[in-house]
Amino acid sequence: MDHVRKIFERDGNSISVLEDISLDVRNGEFICLVGPSGCGKSTLLNVMGGFLSPTSGSVAIDGETVQGPDPRRILVFQERGVFPWLTVEGNIGFGLSKLSDAERKQRIAHYVQLVRLQGFEHSYPSDLSGGMKQRLQVARALAVNPDILYLDEPFGALDSVTRFIMRGELLRIWQTERRTIIFVTHDIDEAVQLADRVVVLSSRPAKIQDVLTIDIEHPRNLSSPRYLELRDQLAQKIGLAFSA
Amino acid sequence: MNSLAKPATWEKFFWPLLTAALLLAVWHYSVIWTATKVFPSPLSVEKGLVELAHKHVLWADIIDSLRRVATGFGLAAIIGIPFGLALGWYPALNQIFNPVLQILRPISPIAWIPVAIIFFGIGDKPATFLVFLGAFFPIVVACASGVSNVPSIYRRAGRNFGLSSPQILARVVFPAALPQILIGLRIALGIAWLVVVAGEMIAVDSGLGYLVIDSRNSGKRYDLVVAAMLIIGVIGLALDVIFRQVEKIRSVRWGFRS
Repeated sequence: MDHVRKIFERDGNSISVLEDISLDVRNGEFICLVGPSGCGKSTLLNVMGGFLSPTSGSVAIDGETVQGPDPRRILVFQERGVFPWLTVEGNIGFGLSKLSDAERKQRIAHYVQLVRLQGFEHSYPSDLSGGMKQRLQVARALAVNPDILYLDEPFGALDSVTRFIMRGELLRIWQTERRTIIFVTHDIDEAVQLADRVVVLSSRPAKIQDVLTIDIEHPRNLSSPRYLELRDQLAQKIGLAFSA
Repeated sequence: MNSLAKPATWEKFFWPLLTAALLLAVWHYSVIWTATKVFPSPLSVEKGLVELAHKHVLWADIIDSLRRVATGFGLAAIIGIPFGLALGWYPALNQIFNPVLQILRPISPIAWIPVAIIFFGIGDKPATFLVFLGAFFPIVVACASGVSNVPSIYRRAGRNFGLSSPQILARVVFPAALPQILIGLRIALGIAWLVVVAGEMIAVDSGLGYLVIDSRNSGKRYDLVVAAMLIIGVIGLALDVIFRQVEKIRSVRWGFRS
């Protein structure tokens, strides 16, 4: 995946939600999309995922135009994304029906391990905590071996402690699996802690206001001067002045 | 009693039994005080129950009623589930059928009795047909609304993993709607049991409904009438309790309050 270009304008009741957005994403990059709530972050993600088609412009991955949803790019939802009628194993194996039994079992075991759900293989989502459900959703997404993972405020419904732990987990998973990740959030800390580049969107209609490169090695020290500087910069770009 | 505290084991049995005992007492003394010659006391009903139990015909009646419910309800499920799923899945189909369904649905199956007799004569068939009618509409409605209420997030996830439409219906929409479908089936089974008794009073000469009406007609045996009513109640309860076991299956339990 080398060039993702999107230039579009979307009319929902002729309200322009996204305006002329162009962005290149490198293979294996971790991009955070931040912006005020209701600005169209999720719309943008849905367009990139192929769930919505742009009014004009196009999304291309490896030169191939996105026409619809595809297992090569999986969207992870904020909550209620896992299937409550399937066990942890069943959920992870959901997209693997084309594999042989042995292969599927092996793949499931690998991802159970990766998201640390050992011992819960036969549990149903109703018996899992919020953080475990989101890890399960990520595991289900990764199991089909996608090129890109779209995460739509995946930790938005979690409490702040769980959220903090989940960021670390996601980084660990990203570093082992090296997928391209596009992560929507409205949490400044989340963006600075996770992303290679943070894309700041304006309020509706969303335009790319700025792109901030976070040039700190992982694991990031969350109290280093550089971190705080970038965090302040991002806050200012979003329109919040912290250091006033 | 604190409603938050878990009731002690003895309380779980004590209060319901006390309520039942009080009700029996009210019934017993009402019969004595009003000195009615027609309405039976609990004791004579109990004798009636024993008398019925010794009659071979009671078991035949129970089996006949259950058979009609099983056939009518079974047919309603076999036809109603796919039909309801299709209505929920294809909004266009729903638009076509919904007005007709909404007109037919509020018609009591009892009102169909004359029509059922014209169609099928007297016997098993009209009674089964009435059961079918009573069960069919709730099943169709539950399946259709179950499917259309499936959160779009599940369908989108299904599409994202590359599933075709039939696969999404089978692997996502059906399991997601299953708890609501089961609730519909349970309601339909309850209605089926109500309807079979009513149907048997007119359209056929066997079954528990016939037992009620026959006990009245042949010698005004109200002790047997009330005894038969109690048997109907107990069997209806048993059907519901048996059906509710289905809700405990792990893959549907998420849809029911714990």
